[in-house]
Amino acid sequence: MNIKAKTNAISWSFIAVAVIMICVFYFYPMIQALIMSFQSGTGTNLSFVGLDNYKRLLSDTSFLTALKNTSIYLIVQVPIMILLAMFISVLLNDKNLKLKGFFRTAIFLPAVTSLVAYSVIFKYLFGPDGLINTMLLKLHIVNAPIEWITDPFWAKITIIIAITWRWTGYNMIFYLSALQNIDNSIYEAARIDGASSFRQFRSITVPLLKPIILFTSITSTIGTLQLFDEVMNITKGGPGNATMTLSQYIYDLSFKYTPNFGYAATVSYAIVILIVIFSILQFKLAGDKNG
Amino acid sequence: MGKLKRFFMYLFLSIASLVSIFPFLWMIVSSTNRSIDVTQGKLLPGPYLGENLKKVFDTIDIVPALLNSAQISITTTILAMLIASLAGYGFEIFRSKSKDIVFSILLLSMMLPFAALMVPLYRMFGSISQTMPFIGIDTISSVILPTVTTAFLIFFFRQSTKMFPKDMLEAGRIDGLSELGVFFRVYVPTMKTTYAAAAIITFMSSWNNYLWPLVVLQSPEKRTIPLLISNLGSSYSPDYGVIMTVILIATLPTAIVFFLMQKHFVAGMTGSVK
Repeated sequence: MNIKAKTNAISWSFIAVAVIMICVFYFYPMIQALIMSFQSGTGTNLSFVGLDNYKRLLSDTSFLTALKNTSIYLIVQVPIMILLAMFISVLLNDKNLKLKGFFRTAIFLPAVTSLVAYSVIFKYLFGPDGLINTMLLKLHIVNAPIEWITDPFWAKITIIIAITWRWTGYNMIFYLSALQNIDNSIYEAARIDGASSFRQFRSITVPLLKPIILFTSITSTIGTLQLFDEVMNITKGGPGNATMTLSQYIYDLSFKYTPNFGYAATVSYAIVILIVIFSILQFKLAGDKNG
Repeated sequence: MGKLKRFFMYLFLSIASLVSIFPFLWMIVSSTNRSIDVTQGKLLPGPYLGENLKKVFDTIDIVPALLNSAQISITTTILAMLIASLAGYGFEIFRSKSKDIVFSILLLSMMLPFAALMVPLYRMFGSISQTMPFIGIDTISSVILPTVTTAFLIFFFRQSTKMFPKDMLEAGRIDGLSELGVFFRVYVPTMKTTYAAAAIITFMSSWNNYLWPLVVLQSPEKRTIPLLISNLGSSYSPDYGVIMTVILIATLPTAIVFFLMQKHFVAGMTGSVK
């Protein structure tokens, strides 16, 4: 072997393990899932049924409910969280702000907790005789305890509050680091031109933050489409199926009810398709504003 | 800036901080109280932490769960650091067109939702169980293997390697080190902070992982901490003081890691999108 071929072989060996691992544990299962999505049967006895699973998907009320719930989380929670993260990071970027380190650490802290641990804490905080209700009653904000977990509407609100609490600080960090990279002289020039702080935010900060807005909205969208731990541990998907998510439905189809791996794989492809659609959409939106 | 505006700024940040910290404070306070105090909305620390701790260790198998979680998280972190940094280094230092294509394909794996991989992975480990029971279903290896290599971590190491002074590698080669020698003797020692950040992120996500262990671990003695907590949380007559003590113990390792390495952690998170 000549030296060039040898170096080339060595260089591929550096990445070989990673490539093999990702092929075995990501791409191969994904192909398996595609094949399984055309199969049906219980447990491991699967037989090909063509497009039956995909037809079933469109008339499956549980699936449609899970899809609707997931969309509600997505449409309501992601924009709220991203605006909140952006707003907080702009405040924290003020160079005259005191206690900056404290505020930043405090608001980021939820991002390091385990999803299960915080979910259980939230479940108790929002329980029928939980602390939130006790306080609301004592402060005379409500007359009767709110059924945070057992009412279909409030249960969704509880999940939205929980995810917002957990992920706002996480997203804030990305905005904060992007803001710190913006040259302050741009703002000074704008101020001399007499631009108000809202105008500065709209015309300078937002356009410069666009890559981060795109990054955070795509990761949050993917995260929301995969939502599982919180719903499983706060509401168990209930009441009825009012908070059930797509991931949880796949889990139920595979491991809770009589296992139907084929149909579960079909539902999981629905998530893949949604992720692809949303990602393309978000890239498009970001791209159009650039032009 | 106007005084009023400044006032509202501090007010808003104080409220946001309080809301963020409050569940932690409540967890700590509740772990020092009896269940009945917790349900009555007591917000002051009580004298029952010792009693709660005793109940935890007497009635709940928390020690095996902690050991399982520790074993899984530490092994995952070590393997992940090795595999991802070799790959990140390999992709950046030995750049070629074909490697760039491979890298782009690897990145696509970040878009794959775990829920979609879960069932095929479960079947895969099911069939491995027949021939190699030690890495099949219900083993620690089955928890570790699918989560150990992530495109995110490879991406993270590759980004950090872009800044690496290439002259140092050349110097190592001239001194007669092999390519692996250059990697371990020159690159690894210089990239300590990158490794620290990556290790924290990996350790935390492994320690907190829930869905895959839930699927693949079946016997109670193999349970990890999140599975244990989830199980306690779903009991009908919960002892709130005891459960909060368990959550407190389970949160401590990641909280300590976080506070010790806060700087690296934040740098690591933000470095990944630059």
